[in-house]
Amino acid sequence: MTTTPTISFTRTEPYRPPADHVRLQAEAPIAQVRRPDGRKVWVLTRHEDVRAMLMDTRFSSDRRDPRHPSHQPYMGPDYKPGLIEMDPPEHTALRRSLIGEFTVSRLARWRPRIQEMVDDSIDAMLAGPAPVDLVEALSLPIPSLVISELLGVPYADHDFFQRNSATFSRFDATPDERVVAVTNLKAYIADLVQQKVKEPGNDLLSRQLAAGVTPEDLGPIGFLLLIAGHETTANMISLAIATLLDRREKLQVLRDDPNLTIGAVEELLRYFTIAEVGHQRLALTDVEIGGVLIREGEAVFGLANIANRDATVFADPDELDFTRLARNHLAFGFGPHQCLGQNLARLELEIVLATVLRRMPTLRLAVPFEEIPFKENGPNYGINELKVAW
Amino acid sequence: MSVRIVADRDRCVGAGQCVLVDPDAFDQSDEDGLVILTRPTPGAGDEIARAREAVTVCPGRALSLTSPE
Repeated sequence: MTTTPTISFTRTEPYRPPADHVRLQAEAPIAQVRRPDGRKVWVLTRHEDVRAMLMDTRFSSDRRDPRHPSHQPYMGPDYKPGLIEMDPPEHTALRRSLIGEFTVSRLARWRPRIQEMVDDSIDAMLAGPAPVDLVEALSLPIPSLVISELLGVPYADHDFFQRNSATFSRFDATPDERVVAVTNLKAYIADLVQQKVKEPGNDLLSRQLAAGVTPEDLGPIGFLLLIAGHETTANMISLAIATLLDRREKLQVLRDDPNLTIGAVEELLRYFTIAEVGHQRLALTDVEIGGVLIREGEAVFGLANIANRDATVFADPDELDFTRLARNHLAFGFGPHQCLGQNLARLELEIVLATVLRRMPTLRLAVPFEEIPFKENGPNYGINELKVAW
Repeated sequence: MSVRIVADRDRCVGAGQCVLVDPDAFDQSDEDGLVILTRPTPGAGDEIARAREAVTVCPGRALSLTSPE
């Protein structure tokens, strides 16, 4: 009798997906394994299989089902699920009510404002002493400023809002500190929604209310938009800049041709694919994927980080190539749940990279690359602290 | 023979990937974010190549190409 192996979802080398994921893709691309907590799960590691699974609504995102791999005890029958925790048709209607805010052309209007925010942060860095922690000075503030302006957080509340969202994503926050920050933010957003009911502004929350969303339903939407777009984008900013400062030849490629910035953003997204655990679903019926039968009630993880290194789709997948412009990567997922804010993340990354390269030509790592504290135990890969100088 | 882009708006998830691939051929509705075909018949070779890429990257598998028999 064979035993089901337990696999790790932890990265040990910054530029490689978790070693167990690499091994599985080579040896057993569709395998049933145990998560570190002992529960059994199917893991998919091939690009084609992950896409097929994420497209197929027989694989459910509804976390209220106790069999779902992301189910939590507090998600009872009365639990109000967030956008990422529901299936069609409930999910389709809610997503369509929001996605008009995140279209490519709508977001393009944010470009000058985001540029201003990035310039202000860089002005502040250049005016102060070096070395400085880039995570605190740039990676975390930019997405926080952007999302708070999108949601319509009044300027006077920025400090409170940023402090609590920073605590939420800070690596050394204690569980208690985290709970306090989340509670504060949820209460804050509920209050903010009430404020928008009384005094509508030119912001997402006010527009949702005007479109008929109830304040009770809007709170969780606001909270999801806040947390989904904050730490993830910050992680990518830090990883992108650390990589360019470590691999100077890649930095030079971008300096020589700034038009490659869009290609660099796309490639860095593919290369890092920071969601370590991947995309989690529950099979609602027996489904065959890649010739393997997955049975009703079984949990499935689509491991996007290794699927994005699938050599049958990406030639030389471990090579970081800014001219590749492979848009078919899975860094934002695939299927009906593909990241709502992906084009906002792209825009922020593009502006940050282009501006840092232009305005900080002597930027360098202030610690050896090997000593950078990477996030090795979180759901998303990233960097806890990135000391830089210029 | 001319090729035509077909969009199934019921399958569209509004991710905007097609717009990134070819902003001259695709747009999104401001209301629901769903795809709008602004140039359903690609002309030159690179327009067809971009249309094919849009079909490949579409996360809702909402796009396809048809060519007349």
